Amino acid sequence: MTHAIEISDLKKRYEGGFEALKGINLSVKKGDFFALLGPNGAGKSTTIGILCSLVNKTGGKVSIFGVDIDKDFALAKKYLGVVPQEFNFNVFETVLNIVVTQAGFYGIDRIVATERAEKYLKLLDLWDKKDTQSRMLSGGMKRRLMIARALIHEPQVLILDEPTAGVDIELRRSMWEFIKKLNEQGTTIILTTHYLEEAEQLCRNIAIINRGEIVENTSVKSLLKTLSMETFIFDLETKVTPSFVIEDYPTRMLNEGHSFEVEVSKGQSLNSIFSFLSEQGIKVLSMRNKANRLEELFVKLIKDKE
Amino acid sequence: MKQSELLIAFLTIIRREIRRFMRIWPQTLLPPAITMTLYFAIFGNLIGERIGEMGGFSYMEYIVPGLIMMSVITNSYANVSASFYSAKFQHNVQELLVSPTPNWIILTGYVLGGVVRGLLVGLIVTLLSLFFTKLQVENLFVTVLVVFLTAVLFSLGGLVNGIFAKSFDDVSIVPTFILTPLTYLGGVFYSINLLPEIWQNLSLLNPVLYMVNAFRFGILGVSDINVAWAIFIIVSFIVALFTYGLYLLNRGQGIRN
Repeated sequence: MTHAIEISDLKKRYEGGFEALKGINLSVKKGDFFALLGPNGAGKSTTIGILCSLVNKTGGKVSIFGVDIDKDFALAKKYLGVVPQEFNFNVFETVLNIVVTQAGFYGIDRIVATERAEKYLKLLDLWDKKDTQSRMLSGGMKRRLMIARALIHEPQVLILDEPTAGVDIELRRSMWEFIKKLNEQGTTIILTTHYLEEAEQLCRNIAIINRGEIVENTSVKSLLKTLSMETFIFDLETKVTPSFVIEDYPTRMLNEGHSFEVEVSKGQSLNSIFSFLSEQGIKVLSMRNKANRLEELFVKLIKDKE
Repeated sequence: MKQSELLIAFLTIIRREIRRFMRIWPQTLLPPAITMTLYFAIFGNLIGERIGEMGGFSYMEYIVPGLIMMSVITNSYANVSASFYSAKFQHNVQELLVSPTPNWIILTGYVLGGVVRGLLVGLIVTLLSLFFTKLQVENLFVTVLVVFLTAVLFSLGGLVNGIFAKSFDDVSIVPTFILTPLTYLGGVFYSINLLPEIWQNLSLLNPVLYMVNAFRFGILGVSDINVAWAIFIIVSFIVALFTYGLYLLNRGQGIRN
């Protein structure tokens, strides 16, 4: 089966000698919603830069929908749409011109380009700003403009590099709804993000990269199964005494006794905690994870390799 | 990319370039019009009348082709160097790099954008000169060919400058310290026959001299240089700069890591 992206033994050494990628292997299935995670400087942007030809690789192979970029990069580029981390449009151009011009670079006729621009700018709530210079847009609008521009040639793969950085919660959610719909319609999505709960909620598969090496490449479900310990926070209706503990579960008082946190190991059941609380006549108002589960794993994986 | 797609990409770059310099016309089209009007009024009219004839023509008639050429040279060069560097500075050059548009189309698109501005400014200056002197074209083919090739050559030069530039200072250094002296010493205001022999020979190393004289031949029918030789020199520079510019783009100089 042809993958959307196939990367083998990909290497990048910069002129100063810094080895950003040490021979990574990665494949992304067609139609996947894939997360590429890693701390700053891990090699995520270098990998994406190589895929979209902004960075020259120093070794290895990359295929996009079966097309080797060393043999026909022009064709491979047609499959890709890229939403970069930083705003990279001419700030003096109007919204419509930016999108239609981008279509022209893909050889798309101006009439078709204008129709598509209307479609995507309307979908992304930017149509009423079509004649506005891009520098006048808000941060969220600029992000949406970059998504519209990346979609104008209707690519099979959409790469989003930190697309929600600095975007407010409401806009982030609407942006993800839009991206999820695109994925449901068959577009392969690859994203890098610092918001790990986004990756957990949205992505099916995940790769974690650190210091130029892939340290994990699996499904989000399998990865979460490896989590050995989770911390839950319980908010209570009435205060508990400072001596409050639950047997076999490390417990810590919070909020002057109005809440407590408890560590639950893999294999331990939450039922016994609830039974204990019922017996004590303690009423629970709400329960939540202390930290994002993926975040815990991420930190653990990165630490293990250091 | 198919032929039709290449043509669309090429026209898209040119359209974008024209839109850019038209949007900022007070910075791109107006200054040369004002500067050249001052040249015509002061050098041509006031001082020129005291100088008398040069090469068998009034001084005003003699300097008009040179001043038109000077405008074409500076504007075609400035258009491409500023536009390309600005695209690097704002990172919007990435819009082209991620697309399937081949480098030779990027190069010719930017260059043709510079040529259009150079020729448009040349036309404005030519029209303004009509307020000061009669202009008759002796050889239309040579005139058009030389002005077009010169615009191409300096657009290519501007592109190479834009590729290497790391700051806006780098974009202005070459025009200020190289292009302006070469233009002033390139026979715009005088015939090199007025110079002592050693300076005449040194002037022959200045490529601008060939362009100005070939263009003056097209308009007035007089030249210090053999026109066929001048055209050969211009075409040779174009081939060299095109090859070098394409090599730099293929290498990703200044635009790819």
